[in-house]
Amino acid sequence: MEAITLLKWTFDTVLGLGLLWLAWRALTSTDLFQAIILFVSFGLLMTLAWVRLDAPDIALAEAAIGAGLTGALLLSTLARLQTAEVENTLPQSVQPSSKPQLVHWLLIIIIPLLLAGLGYAILDLPPYFEGLSGAVAANLDASGANNPVTAVLLNFRGYDTMLEIIVLLMALLGAWSLGGMPPYTDKPAGAVLDTFSRFLVPVFILVGAYLLWIGTSAPGGAFQAGSVLGAAAVLLILSDWRLRPTFIQRTLKLALISGSSAFITIGLLTTLYEGQLLAYPATYAGILILFLESLATISIGVTLGALFLREPVKYMESQ
Amino acid sequence: MTLSEYIAAALLVLGGFFFFAGTIGLLRFPDIYTRLHAITKADNVGLGLIILGLAVQVESWLVMGKLLLIWILVLFAGASVSHLIARRALQREGRKWKQ
Repeated sequence: MEAITLLKWTFDTVLGLGLLWLAWRALTSTDLFQAIILFVSFGLLMTLAWVRLDAPDIALAEAAIGAGLTGALLLSTLARLQTAEVENTLPQSVQPSSKPQLVHWLLIIIIPLLLAGLGYAILDLPPYFEGLSGAVAANLDASGANNPVTAVLLNFRGYDTMLEIIVLLMALLGAWSLGGMPPYTDKPAGAVLDTFSRFLVPVFILVGAYLLWIGTSAPGGAFQAGSVLGAAAVLLILSDWRLRPTFIQRTLKLALISGSSAFITIGLLTTLYEGQLLAYPATYAGILILFLESLATISIGVTLGALFLREPVKYMESQ
Repeated sequence: MTLSEYIAAALLVLGGFFFFAGTIGLLRFPDIYTRLHAITKADNVGLGLIILGLAVQVESWLVMGKLLLIWILVLFAGASVSHLIARRALQREGRKWKQ
């Protein structure tokens, strides 16, 4: 099939050039709103690139987190920046300095060095290397998951996932300590958005549960499922749904820490009984992975949604 | 080629035409409302025809159901989001849509 090969080759070339062009436009655009839209488009094309590279797990994560949630976060930040510009409440130390000359020159020196180092590292790689996929496949039966990606993320390199979830929690604390999102002054959401969110949020929850469940045997898992749940939460918050004050306190905090505390608890237990961090006994590996993934999904979803809560700290203190 | 393949090819090409026309409209129409009008043709009719073209070829009802679900979700999201964009543009009347 010569024609199909040529078509794929053309598609990949257009995709690669499109990615470079979008990245350049996003970096050089002076209009911040336009830059964010370009960044989201870049994320969507990047998703296609991951699909073309046969990496559906990363494609799912890129679409949900890279394009979706990051785009929403950037747009919210832009709204916050615009309010800040009007009020000019930024302290003097945070104000952008008018003479970034020195930084420019430093960057001009550092970036080519970095690029040369990366280029050297890539050229230094052996032309063909199997990587660790053979070792993963050999131990897949003992891992408690049929999907090699899930086996690596939750078993062989479980501590990576544990640290990632803790980093996510840290990011939320950092965002909250900056005061959360500004309250919206616009008119209420309106009937269409209201119906839209009512219809979509159950679908989101279903998709999240499906991604979590399918993650043990096919592309999917805690991060993808959690980001879909997070997107549902963001949709609800942006359509003017509010969390009841009774849930803001203990329930929200418990949901936030459930993933990391489950990881830490099981990590401690396995260290005590198996002698190694997150080394599951083979008979319980499957159920432990599902348990950790379920709590991690809830945690990730709530954390991503909580990034969009307005003035959460004030809320919590006033209770 | 069998009859169903001819039908599928015709539906896919027709769907592609709607996407093409919708994209031209998005690029060439003068303001936000006409552009929304153009792009919904691609989203709704174009995608619908492509889904139909794919559905003719699939063998299992499950896959056909999934394809149909994708179309319904895109229809729903497209209609709602178009409304939101148009409503927002209307609220900010006077501000021209930037190129």
